[in-house]
Amino acid sequence: MEVKVLKNILGANEQLAEKNRALLDENKVFAVNIMASPGAGKTSLILETIKRLKGKTRVGVIEGDVSSSVDAEAVSKEGVPVIQINTGGSCHLDANMVANALASLPLADIDLLFVENVGNLICPAGFALGEQRKVIISSIPEGDDKPLKYPVMFHEADVVVLNKTDLLPYVRFSLDAFSRALKGINEKLEIIAVSCTSGQGLDDWVSWLEKQMTAR
Amino acid sequence: MHELTVTQTMLDIVLEQAQKAHARKVGAINLVIGELSGFVEDSVRFYFGFLAKDTIAEGAALNFKSVSPQARCRGCGNTFALKEFDWSCPRCGGGDVEITAGKELSIESIDVE
Repeated sequence: MEVKVLKNILGANEQLAEKNRALLDENKVFAVNIMASPGAGKTSLILETIKRLKGKTRVGVIEGDVSSSVDAEAVSKEGVPVIQINTGGSCHLDANMVANALASLPLADIDLLFVENVGNLICPAGFALGEQRKVIISSIPEGDDKPLKYPVMFHEADVVVLNKTDLLPYVRFSLDAFSRALKGINEKLEIIAVSCTSGQGLDDWVSWLEKQMTAR
Repeated sequence: MHELTVTQTMLDIVLEQAQKAHARKVGAINLVIGELSGFVEDSVRFYFGFLAKDTIAEGAALNFKSVSPQARCRGCGNTFALKEFDWSCPRCGGGDVEITAGKELSIESIDVE
């Protein structure tokens, strides 16, 4: 006897992500999921953004790592509310982990929430969290072929931040090849080239963020 | 990617549905896995063999229907199969596309006694 099931195996995560999104919208919190390989500059970008938005926008952060609270400690020094999630082995954040973190954050006092995902260019793509925007950070030393290798991930991004432009003179990287690879996957994807070290491009990044927040 | 946890979740759903249908044995599980989902059939089979032991799904046949990636052009509405590296619309050349198929990971049905 055939029993129709018709169930999405990841449905439970998607339902929770929708609940998270409803909670964020209710509290007028704009959440941004920051995804990248380990070391590409997720925490650096968040720290530089917090500095530039001080006094203008109230920022909160959810940090995701397999272990340690190194990132949350750095964010905490900037005086913003932050929760560190330690996944204990999971290579990506999921909606359940984020739901628990949201419950511990003063959402009424946050305008912009950064969710720093676990360093990984594959797994986060499959797990909705409830955020309003997805940002992928790619960095110069990683090479210009990342969009070719991780198309699903890059296709889901709302913007690509290309970090570590200060290293262009020292490593092989073609901005043209990177741009072409990205446009082949999603023509609308804007690339914001930055250096968290030198400060280059960070004003453009902050402008993009502010535009996203007012556009919704 | 994550075949162990996903296979466990899949098994949990199957056993719940089998129980609802008052089944005493699950003969087959019919799954739909999109080519962009990141899930590998062989890994699912491997973990299933291990996880389903001592359940009524032990020994069930796993039937996989694969879905190839399809997209819809947001510019001209054309639907087409996604090619590797180039996801632009073959009709208008536009590069703003929506993935309409290929990310599935679902249980279509189960065969029970």
